[in-house]
Parts: sequence; structure tokens; C-alpha cells
Amino acid sequence: MFDIAIIGAGVVGGMIARKLSGYDLSICLVERKNDVAMGATRANSAIVHAGFDAHSGSLKAKLNVRGSEMMEETAAQLGVKYRRNGSLVIGFNEEDRKELENLLDRGNQNGVKDLRILEKEELHALEPNLSENVECALYAPTGAIICPYELTIAAVGNAMDNGAVLERNFEVTDIKKEEEGYLLTSADGKEICARTVINAAGVYADKIAAMVGDQSFSVHPRRGEYILLDKEVGNLISHTVFRTPSKMGKGILVTPTVDGNLLTGPTSVDISDKEDTSTTQEGFAKVIKEAQENVSTIPFGKTITSFCGLRAVGSTGDFIINAPKKGFINVAGIESPGLSASPAIAEYVAELVKEQGISLVEKENYNPCREAMHHFREADMDEKNRIISKDKSYGKIVCRCEGITEGEILAALRTNPKAVDLDGVKRRTRAQMGRCQGGFCSPHIVEMIAKELNIPIEKVTKSGGNSYVNLGRTKGEVK
Amino acid sequence: MTELVIIGGGPAGMSAAVAAYESGVRDILILERDKKLGGILQQCIHNGFGLHKFGEELTGPEYAWKYEQKVRELEIPVKLNTMVLDITEDKVITATNEEEGIFQIQAKAIILAMGCRERSKGALNIPGSRPAGIYSAGTAQKYVNMMGYLPGKEVVILGSGDIGLIMARRMTLEGAKVHAVCELMPYSGGLIRNIEQCLNDFHIPLKLSHTVTQIHGKERLEGVTISQVDEKRRPIPGTEEYIPCDTLLLSVGLIPENELSKSAGVQMDRITGGAVVDQNRQTSVDGIFACGNVLHVHDLVDYVSEEAEIAGKSAAEYIFKKNTEKEAVRIPITTDGKIRYTVPEVITEKKDISVFFRVADVYRNVEICVYNDKNEKVFSRKKLKAAPGEMENIPLKAAAFENAQSLRFELEVK
Repeated sequence: MFDIAIIGAGVVGGMIARKLSGYDLSICLVERKNDVAMGATRANSAIVHAGFDAHSGSLKAKLNVRGSEMMEETAAQLGVKYRRNGSLVIGFNEEDRKELENLLDRGNQNGVKDLRILEKEELHALEPNLSENVECALYAPTGAIICPYELTIAAVGNAMDNGAVLERNFEVTDIKKEEEGYLLTSADGKEICARTVINAAGVYADKIAAMVGDQSFSVHPRRGEYILLDKEVGNLISHTVFRTPSKMGKGILVTPTVDGNLLTGPTSVDISDKEDTSTTQEGFAKVIKEAQENVSTIPFGKTITSFCGLRAVGSTGDFIINAPKKGFINVAGIESPGLSASPAIAEYVAELVKEQGISLVEKENYNPCREAMHHFREADMDEKNRIISKDKSYGKIVCRCEGITEGEILAALRTNPKAVDLDGVKRRTRAQMGRCQGGFCSPHIVEMIAKELNIPIEKVTKSGGNSYVNLGRTKGEVK
Repeated sequence: MTELVIIGGGPAGMSAAVAAYESGVRDILILERDKKLGGILQQCIHNGFGLHKFGEELTGPEYAWKYEQKVRELEIPVKLNTMVLDITEDKVITATNEEEGIFQIQAKAIILAMGCRERSKGALNIPGSRPAGIYSAGTAQKYVNMMGYLPGKEVVILGSGDIGLIMARRMTLEGAKVHAVCELMPYSGGLIRNIEQCLNDFHIPLKLSHTVTQIHGKERLEGVTISQVDEKRRPIPGTEEYIPCDTLLLSVGLIPENELSKSAGVQMDRITGGAVVDQNRQTSVDGIFACGNVLHVHDLVDYVSEEAEIAGKSAAEYIFKKNTEKEAVRIPITTDGKIRYTVPEVITEKKDISVFFRVADVYRNVEICVYNDKNEKVFSRKKLKAAPGEMENIPLKAAAFENAQSLRFELEVK
């Protein structure tokens, strides 16, 4: 019997697990996939929003501004890259300018610091590659960028280092109220008992809530397609460039990523299939067209990949964080600015946990810090050589495009939460994420995974389940 | 200080090293990232190598072994498992390996011989999901030929580059079923002999003017939709065909791997993706040379070796300062677009040279013409056919550009 079971190891579940692992509680984080950060967390704009978007007084507004304030320190503790690059909401005409002024007012009401409107000259001096016909912008210096799966992996890892348990491939299909708490059953018949259940199941949060009889909300997926460009063009702009929001939504943004790439997207299309992360021709066309309206010189010939994420859009228009039954807490409808708000959501949920009658006693030996996964990559030559002299596997480059060493990959396979498939290694180390997209290094990483997990090579997957990389041996043994 | 450092121990690097040694350089170091010399030839276990160079049909490993033996006989030092991280314009090389950690070498001359990489799926923006089962043809070749694993059983290949064609045959021989090779262009980018020997001999359909327009499958690939494309390469609605398959191999182009060249400040050519070089294969940076697929993608390794010999000899001349005695000229070569590029694209010395180039489309009954700046035709050769998949190579005598300020390459189609 765990004190707490958290369903869903996305950024929300991960941050809650980390927060609660600071108390004397036994915690189990259950995840239906083979790895953490596999839902909405995996593919989004990777922005820490300043907090001017959400309507004043909403939970979204409150937790966004608070989360954004907390994020820098949280990222530092977890060794996660974070860059306060500032954001610009650009306007092309007078109509846009009026809307920017509304956003400015709303931001001020929400408590966002240092917002102001920039006029053309100052704006283009600040961000010279903006399209010529951009007239003005709302400037939010507190806007920042972060890698959502890096944050989640680090948060879950830190929670595990502090005693939390991660159950992968546990798709909750049934929840039964029992005398002391709840019994969670997985699709393949595994069971977990917990006094308190936290539902952070992303697009499936409505389904999970319904299992305890709460049908007060629904969640539907909203597709967002992105195109990611080579690091060679990562410096084209330095700020996150949004368009003025309209009835059609927030539109296509252009932003550098913390890893130095250039990211553009997302589209915004409501769909019904909660598994459909396929990209579309129309999506590509829209991203390219609108991104080039913002920054006309984006060289889409430098595309390295495209992907699609699903946002978990709740039916209430606000974050749905409540306790419909004693000992059962919903954390649902966490669409944008969910990533930004995640540290504040964790804090807020901890209070709700307390309200369920669970006493939060601080753990004596709690360690809120985790060594950065990118420590070696970012080190100077002397530090790198010091590390290599202790462990020579750091001298051997496996992924040539990103310059990732065998040592870093082994660390990803051995550090909580351990990578167990090719994509898991990719998200932790950036190996296979460069311009060749794993063409050269993935066979070697497959061998490393097989050796580390002690499984045959043909059992290594790209991303769990049936996603086997090889389907068997060739006709003969090869020595 | 090392006199000559060669980045890459594949066919280009080894051949350059041998040529430099034979031209008198003794202080040579080859840096190779793999655990063995030979580069991509190690996994090219099919035959067809060496016909031009050695007059016999060799496999890739056999061809590589001929050069590796020479490197060993000449006792040219090699650092294996060593990855070069950076090269500066002053020719300081930063590299790393397990034994030495990260270290630096000052070179007097450098030959870039890093080869090329395959264009990835990501760059193509094919709509659909992102399941397992999609590989570049070379990656699949590594699984099959080097590791002994079969990445898939029901295969579609996108792109008819040579590696794709070779893998169509290899996968078939290993028991997989190759349903089709789709080529976006109305012609194949591969060698004619490969289309005959790898597709036609095995009854594998080559679908020209076709591309993959949708990827299906959640975890592992379940199928692809292919469509015919119009003359502007746009999919034609109504021509969609669904092919169930578990594997999609991509052979959609090779890209010279020039990140290090860029870090050294070498001027790049937009069309080849390689460095701008003169007839000696010297780049815009004095004492840095380039050869092989890092310079421009070759069809035949035999020509890679020949080009590398030029770079090796020239690096030796540079080291011994022989070229300072020669009359300095600068004759740029331009092309008409039907000829896409030339290597070299500038001539800096009055001697007999070879010029390599590729054409932009399939042309029949052509005349390759070279004009000087006075519009005098200084060279001409007729051909029945020129195609992008086959690199052309013409000799130019020094007399042909004796008094030229520039040269212009044109393809006249009858």
C-alpha cells in the first residue's frame, strides 16, 4: 500500500512526484508507456510563458505566474537547462496593437513583471531578423525556454532518488475504492494500492476520473504540429516570437530551444483520437507559411525533423484541479501554460493532498538536487579530461552529430529514471537527435541497450511496446 | 607539430595518406572515428568496386583492405576510435579518444576526408506517424551486413540512390520482400548497372515519379501510402496506393559531412555541399585540402581514390613549399545550370587537369563544351546520354586555358 499513487508520468505527474517525495510518504508513479514524458509533455512548444495569456483570476493565470517565477530555481536544482530569453508577441497592424495593449493590461493584472510594448525601431534592433512588416510587439522579458522532457526526466529521477517508485507499462484500466484507499489495476492485470490517488493522466484524465464516478469534465486532444531546424540556424532569433492571438488561436511561434535548435509551430486542430500524433501535409504548409510571416528568412531546407503533440484540453476552459472524492485528486485539462505552471501545480496539489488528511512531514534526508544530464557536454576541456581520466568511456564519441559520448549514454541507461529504449536514450542524451537523426549511431546504441538490459538485440525497441528495431537475425550467424 | 593530419580513414583518407607518403611526406597522422580503417566500405559487402582502379571486381572490404595494407606497410600512424571535434583556421585540431582524452594537434597541412552522411527522414517531412521501422538505407545495411540482424521483412524503399538499390537486393537475398522502390524524380539517381543488377534481376518494381505521402502505424510501421507526383513533384490526388509493410528504407541523397570544414572557416559550395577547391583540392584555407565524398558525392570509390591521390600529392607540395615557385593564376569555372557544378571550380595552376561534374537532369545527344572568356570553344565531347546519377569527368590540357581569365562549362543538347 502506497500513500500516494500518481497516474501519469508527464511533467505534471513528475513535478508532483518530486514535490511529494520531499515528505515522508511512499509514492508510486504509474505510467502506461515505456518511459516518462510520453504524452503532451513529449511534444510542445517548450516555453515558460510569462503569464499574460490566461484570464485574470483563473487558476491558469495564478499558477502560470507562480510557476514561471519558480521555474528558474527548480531547473537549477534539477540540473535542467533553462534560458530566460524573453518573449515577443508581434503585431502587424493597428488591430494587433489594440490586442497587444489588452494583453499588456491583462499581464499587469496577472502580476507579470516588466511587460511593455516595443515600437518598430527598438523591436527590430532587439530582434533584427523579424519580418520587415512587423510593426510592434509586446515584450515580456520574463518569458523563458526549457526542455519539457528533460525537466520531466529530471523531476522523476529526483523523486526516485528520494524514494518514489516508477511503474512503467502500467495502463490503469480500473480503479476500485477500498476501505483504506484505492486499488489500481493495469491492462495486463497488475495491481497497486494507494491511500490517495492523483490523476495526472493528460488526455486520458477524464477516463481515469470516470473510473471513480467523476464525470464532471471531459478532455479532448488538440493536435499541434511542429518543425524543428538544425542548430546551424538556431541563432536566427533569440527571443520566442509569438503572433498576436486571434479568434483562430495563438498562431505559429518561432523560438530557439535550450539545445540551440530553432523550433516552429504549433498548428491547433481539435481531434477525437487520443493517440493520433501523426503529422499532416496541411500542418506543414501552415507552419511554414506563418513562421515565414514572422521571420521571413527561416531556411526550411535545414529541417531536421517534424513532429506532432497533443494538448490535453479540458472542457472547463481552466485547469481542473480538485478532489471530487476523498483521496482522489484530479489534475486535468493541463494544456498551455501547463509546463510553465508545473512547479506551482505541484505546490498546489500538495496542499490538496494535505486537505485529504494526509500529513506532510518533511523528509530529513530529502535532496532536491540532481546532477545535470548535460554536465559533461557543457564542461570545459579540463573538466572533460578529468572525467575521461576517471571513466574513459567519456572519451569515446558515439553520436557524432551531437558529440555524445559512450559515457553519457551509459549514464542515461543507469540513472533514474533509466532509459530502456532508443528514444529514451535520445531524450536523455540528445544522441540520435542531430542532423543524421541516428543514422550512424543508432545501431551502436541498440547494442549498448541490449548489453545493459541483458536482452537480445532483437528485443530492443525504439519506444517500447511493439516498436522493435530489428525483426530477427539474418540468414546466418555473424561473428 | 604534425606535418600532415588526415581526418578520416576511409578510402579517401587512406589513399591521400599513401599518395602523400609516396610524395615524400613522412610525418603523417590519420585520425579515424571507427575502430577500423575503411570507412563505409566495411559494410559494402557487395562487389563492383575497383574495376576502374585495379581492373578487377572487389567487394568494399577487399578494396579497403588493399589500401589498409599499404598504410600498414608504409607504417603511417593511425589513431582509431578517435573523433575530431574541431579544426581551426590555424590548423589546430581538437580530437578525443578513450586513451588520451581530449587533445590538440597543430598540423602544417590537413586533408579533410570525412565522407558523407545520408539525408534523414526528418528532412523530408513525410506526413504521418513516427513508428519504428524507418531507416536510412545505410543504417539498415549496417544492421544486416555488420551486425547480422534483419531490420524488417516487408520493405518499401524510397529513393533510388545507389545504397537504396544495393539494399533492395541485399534485403531480398536475406529473405525480405521488397515491394517497391519509389523515386520522386522521373529518373533514378543510381547507377544503371545497379538498377539492372539489384532491381530488374530480382523483379523489384522501380516506380519513377512516385513518393511516400503517408506513414502508417503506431509502434512499428504498418504501411505506407505512395502517390504519383506531377512534373513539379507534387503528389497527384487520386493516385494513392497503400502498401502494407513493416520497413521503409530511405535512400534520398547523401550530404557531405562538413561541420568540421565549416569550423575551420573553409568556404563551402552551395550545390555540392562540399568545399570550394582548386585543381589541387586545396580549399579556401591555405594548407587545408579536401577529397572524396566530403568534397562532392561520388558514384565510384575508384574516383574517390584518384581524387584523394591528387589531394595527397598536393598536400606534399604544400608542405615542401613547391607551389610557391609556380606562376599564380586564378581561373574560375562557371556552369550553365544543366551542368550543376564542377570540381575544381577554380584553376590556380597551369597544368593538365581533370574536371568532374554532374548534370541536373537526364539529357540525350549532348555535347559537353568548354568556353574561355573570349567565347572560344576550348574543349568539346559528344555523349549519347548524360544523367545526374553518373558523374562526368573530362581532361583539360593546360593549353586549353593558356590565356583564359575564366572558363565556362556548357551542356549543349541536340
